[in-house]
Amino acid sequence: MVERPAHLAVKRWTSFIVGAIAILVVALLLARVVGNEYFFFAGYVVLQFIVLATAWNILGGYAGYVNFGSGAFFAAGAYTAVALIKAFAAPLPVQLVAAAMVTGLMGFAIGAMTLRLRGIFFSIATVAIAVICETIVLNWGFVGGARGATVLQPPAPAFFTSYTRLLFVIMTLLAVLAVALARYIETSWIGRGLRAIRDDEEAAESVGVPTLKLKLFAATVSGALMGIAGAPFPLYMNFIEPTSAFSLNYAVSALAMPIIGGTASWAGPVIGAILLGSVQQIVTVTMSSELNVLVLGLLLVAFVVAAPEGILGLARRLSGKAGAR
Amino acid sequence: MKFPFRAVLEVVGAITAALSVCAVLTSAYAQSKQPIRIGLSISQTGPLSGAGKSGLVALEIWRDDVNTGGGLLGRPVELVVYDDQSNPSMTPGIYTKLLDVDKVDLLVAPYATNQTAPIMPLVKQRDRLLIGNFALDVNAQIRHDKYFNNQPWASARDSAAPYLGLCRKLGAKTIAILAADAEFAQNLAGGIRAGLKDYGLQPVYDQNYPPNTVEFSSMIRAIRAKKPDAVFVASYPSDSTAIIRSVNEIGIGDNVVLFGGGMVGLQYASIMESLGSMLNGVVNYNTWAPEKTMDFPGIRGFLTRYQARAKQANVDPLGFYLPPFDYAIGQILAQAVTATGSLDHKVLANYLREHEIKTIVGSIRYGPTGEWANPRIVYVQFRGIADKNLEQFRSAGKQVIVAPDAFKTGEVKPFSQARN
Amino acid sequence: MSFELLGEAIIAGVLLGCFYAAVSVGLSVAFGLLDVPQIAHPAFLVLGAYGAYFLGSFGLDPLLAGVLLTPVFFLVGLAVYRFYHAAFESRGTDAGLRGLALFFGIAFIVEVVLILSFGVDQRMVEAAYIGKSVALGDVRIPMRMLVAFGVALVLITGLSLYLSGTFTGRAIKAVAQDQTALALMGADPVRIKQWAFGIATGTCALAGALLIIVAPVEPGLGRLYIGRTFCIAVLAGLGSMPGTLVAGIILGIAESIVLTSLGASWAPAVAFGLLLLVLAVRPAGLFGQR
Repeated sequence: MVERPAHLAVKRWTSFIVGAIAILVVALLLARVVGNEYFFFAGYVVLQFIVLATAWNILGGYAGYVNFGSGAFFAAGAYTAVALIKAFAAPLPVQLVAAAMVTGLMGFAIGAMTLRLRGIFFSIATVAIAVICETIVLNWGFVGGARGATVLQPPAPAFFTSYTRLLFVIMTLLAVLAVALARYIETSWIGRGLRAIRDDEEAAESVGVPTLKLKLFAATVSGALMGIAGAPFPLYMNFIEPTSAFSLNYAVSALAMPIIGGTASWAGPVIGAILLGSVQQIVTVTMSSELNVLVLGLLLVAFVVAAPEGILGLARRLSGKAGAR
Repeated sequence: MKFPFRAVLEVVGAITAALSVCAVLTSAYAQSKQPIRIGLSISQTGPLSGAGKSGLVALEIWRDDVNTGGGLLGRPVELVVYDDQSNPSMTPGIYTKLLDVDKVDLLVAPYATNQTAPIMPLVKQRDRLLIGNFALDVNAQIRHDKYFNNQPWASARDSAAPYLGLCRKLGAKTIAILAADAEFAQNLAGGIRAGLKDYGLQPVYDQNYPPNTVEFSSMIRAIRAKKPDAVFVASYPSDSTAIIRSVNEIGIGDNVVLFGGGMVGLQYASIMESLGSMLNGVVNYNTWAPEKTMDFPGIRGFLTRYQARAKQANVDPLGFYLPPFDYAIGQILAQAVTATGSLDHKVLANYLREHEIKTIVGSIRYGPTGEWANPRIVYVQFRGIADKNLEQFRSAGKQVIVAPDAFKTGEVKPFSQARN
Repeated sequence: MSFELLGEAIIAGVLLGCFYAAVSVGLSVAFGLLDVPQIAHPAFLVLGAYGAYFLGSFGLDPLLAGVLLTPVFFLVGLAVYRFYHAAFESRGTDAGLRGLALFFGIAFIVEVVLILSFGVDQRMVEAAYIGKSVALGDVRIPMRMLVAFGVALVLITGLSLYLSGTFTGRAIKAVAQDQTALALMGADPVRIKQWAFGIATGTCALAGALLIIVAPVEPGLGRLYIGRTFCIAVLAGLGSMPGTLVAGIILGIAESIVLTSLGASWAPAVAFGLLLLVLAVRPAGLFGQR
């Protein structure tokens, strides 16, 4: 890879930060301006998927380790929050940090598993971890067991007319942070190392890439971000129960969105999540939820087979053709 | 790879565009105010759909009755119904949608406890009136002052008492408890556990199983090995069927004098028909049975009309369990709206708190937490049931009411004796 | 737990385990021998179960329905493998992530299509041997488990004989180990693999029928069986038929004992816990040479 002049990189970060701040301001404005509460209820889900998809892509897209257990990380984040609410009535920021720590540790653990397990064995092991986590929660009476737990939203701070609006803005912030982190990893030496692992782990090892360290780092960050995406979920829903929190839909979405958007760059998961997430939300208002999950599955298969580089790759190919002409 | 400023703006634009599409779509759903819209979710698929579909038919009969009589406050009534697939995690989303997208005037709770518990915080935060639909103890902790439940029991404790009384009557000293790990079943089993000491019962087996369990042989074997005198089961339709079948396959032992208790599904016509003689001897809760002590004014007439309609709709052909109560939910709303001339939830709640409501399931008065002030759950024992015969359940004597005393139509017999 | 109860639990576990082996045998072929990341195998099982349910609603015996559907599933398997091969294997690299994602997507589609056509309700079938039991002294054994046990043994023995006794069978085994040897035998590896994948998918019809004979089935059931089937396939040592049977029985007994002592709420974790243990300690499985 050619090193670019430093001032260009600085300029690119500046524009990224400006963009990020712009998004936050827009979110805050929306929270004041839009009247219909359902907008925030639906928008929150889209933003949550941006975080999940971005998190998945750090390990799956950059390093090539396919995590089928995203649902477990999401749910572990959510249940960490529930446990803290039940035990100490902990405020939301504490829940977020604690969730990130718990699922970051889980991520570290699956990172350590990559020592022995690669390819499908790694993926199956993540399914196993998901089911074991679910079983533990099922049997953990304190957080409601299989029957689930109801959680009351605290009163919303003065600026917001409802707590859902506050959660909407917080999730926007989390999405921006997650994307910034992914972008940093991607453009730094870490990203190069991860890509080397994905292309050929033995070769990377032999030229001195610290593969284990990098994989541990990527798995930890990925896990922590998934947990943080799940942490506000109980307050958002007012209710949580294991079957839906550990739902396969999270695992599928977390993997389908980056693959459809394009796994090579941070923008891929964002595009995939916005596109699929909004379609899902619009479709749930108008037609059955099964049909929209079916669309997700079909799109996943279609993209995996026909457009492995995702929408980003398609766009690049199109613009490349246009440029050649 | 370059990173142009434009790309960021495009992403910002894309998010904003996607979000505004959501906004436009949702606001398009805000409807004109003409009919009075009553919103609810009810299980039309999934394990609870057996009763859910029948309850919906009853509500539709009520709607048609009201509309042919000129509507409420001169406005026609419209039901806005969603299917929650018997899945508790679906209901918060559905009720948010009912409130913000469909903007309904009145809310009826989803059928059953598990689906209602998740929406209680939402309903309380929005301070809406909610008529409960067979939910057990969901308001005990949340204490929403605009919640009025329609089901003939008030708390797990007092619904457990008659069953514990039957244990004592049959001389049981030990009991096994098997309960689904879900809101309703756990509440019910909690009522039993709380009363064990008072009734001198020793628990020899007490286990929960997760929803979606299909294989009960191992648990039935374990229970049989403990040789309990009584068995209390709190289960859902598919598990209830599997448990009864398993008891039939594996056997439960000759010591058992009382078996059943809180098994949802043994009231559904299709399940009663398919289990047939396997039901004999089982003692289970019920809300209504064609016994002489249950003739409330209007209920027989309603059931005749319901059964005609159920045949067309291909839902529960008997309709004893949920339909009369769901028709009564309509009557509760109608009486409050008509008497107060208002759709204001505060006004309606005040009315319901203070007045007696006349329904086809009897007169209802409400207690402090929005439960019936005079609960009336009954326990029936299945007797002389033949296989593959739906018609038998229409006559008295098949589901003998054995407790409580006020509604009793026969004495309880030991399980093994009533089985043959 | 008393001694008698333990004995009963072990008997029940052996029967359950043979049934588990039957539902895993196709995966042992597809994943163990062919190296295809067939994570949609459990979804095909559930599809087979619904096939038996559908034909059963016309009065057909579920086992017979399973037998009748086997050739259909075989053809589906041929088609799926051809698609997979054309999309990935023939193009060379990077089948890993995308191959997994493909089968994951297929599993998901199968589940949703089942929900859309049959609803989320549990389904069961009627047959003379369902709901009855056989008494062995004080122990009563459900007849449906005996039927599943018998069919499972026939299925596994048959497949085992086929793989070791016929030319194609030996070629399938050779595909896994030595492609050059296979070429020397004069067989086209791609066609052999396609054939084998067809067989693997075909077993899902009969095993799926067993699934719905043993207990009611719902569309999401496949997820639970990801753990069970992969646990058995990995524990068996990738592709070994006797290994599959032994691994199935180990899992069956473990689950049965947990069910009888701790109760049903811990049972789903047994298979996955065992799987993690095997992956961590001996990824080559009990009977594996790798």
